[in-house]
Amino acid sequence: MEYIITFLDKNGLVFAFLVTGLIMYFSEAISKTLTRGKIPGSAISIFMGLVLAYFAGLETLGKKGIADIPGFSGFEIMGGPMFRDFAIVSTAMGASFAIIKKTGPVGILSLFLGVIISFSVGVIIAYALGITDAESLTTIGAGACTFVVGPVTGTALGASSDIIAISIAAGVVKSILVTIGTPLIAPYIGLKTPQSAMIFGGLMGTTSGTAAGLAATDPKLVPYGAMTATFYTGLGCLMCPSVLYFLMRAILD
Amino acid sequence: MLLRGVALLAACFVAGQILGETLGRLLGIQANVGGVGFAMLFLILSQNELEKRGLFHLEMGEGVNFWSKMYIPIIVAMSSVQNVRVAFSNGLLALLAGIIPVIACLALMPLLSKLAPKD
Repeated sequence: MEYIITFLDKNGLVFAFLVTGLIMYFSEAISKTLTRGKIPGSAISIFMGLVLAYFAGLETLGKKGIADIPGFSGFEIMGGPMFRDFAIVSTAMGASFAIIKKTGPVGILSLFLGVIISFSVGVIIAYALGITDAESLTTIGAGACTFVVGPVTGTALGASSDIIAISIAAGVVKSILVTIGTPLIAPYIGLKTPQSAMIFGGLMGTTSGTAAGLAATDPKLVPYGAMTATFYTGLGCLMCPSVLYFLMRAILD
Repeated sequence: MLLRGVALLAACFVAGQILGETLGRLLGIQANVGGVGFAMLFLILSQNELEKRGLFHLEMGEGVNFWSKMYIPIIVAMSSVQNVRVAFSNGLLALLAGIIPVIACLALMPLLSKLAPKD
């Protein structure tokens, strides 16, 4: 048995292709038979991935979902940021530069609003639940932006490690919610044009959540949403430990 | 020819990501600022430029297309390596701080959509 696991870990990426193929095959079958095609196979397979990650996490107590299970380490490469970003960039081929340029200003506005509103609402919730110091409040507000902004801000401000953990968790909850929720809510918020995808990416931020959610909604929208979402984490890391933190201190004093 | 397409994609990726990293450094933050976005712009612009000069082969496009079709499988793999357990085991505060801001932002969608130019 052990040599098989060693073999699978050594050839991790190839094995990850195989397993992902199986997940997608079964999801497609579920989509056709159980939902009569109403929920797209891609949405089901992304959801299945999250479910697998959850149970793997319970089993191994690790941080990397099924990549923590012996033999499945290749998922870390296939599902890691390098391949993710490479594939996102490739979707830009054929995207319309004219639309991106025209929607640019509204996209930038949506970026700022997205960071400021996520931050403020995150802070209000933390305050309501009994957190009162500026550093912790700012860190949790930053976590409501993305799971990168939270720990970057928390580390910069010297927040405690359990507050940083909560900020990461909030960011992960957000990313999962956007992944699952986007295809469900898309018809109600008019998310069907490249322009609306750019605004959506700016408001939501979380590149992984936005990109996965749009992929399950309409793959044509992915490049537009990813285009703005990719600036969100940077903007959040820029604003949260500086302007927004000073603002918090001014309000609390 | 196929690989030239992949190499073009890789060139845009590397250039864009390094630009994003550099921008992050210059701004003094530990994050990549828009690397993916810059890479996408480079890809769109270089494709247009090559097409204008008649240097863009159909097969080059296929090299890039392969990766854009691999996109969903990669996202499936990505979702299966998320720390889902921590998201659900860190208590009410993490759940609420993850969910409510998303709803607040979604409420702005219709308003911002009105500001967007029509094509």
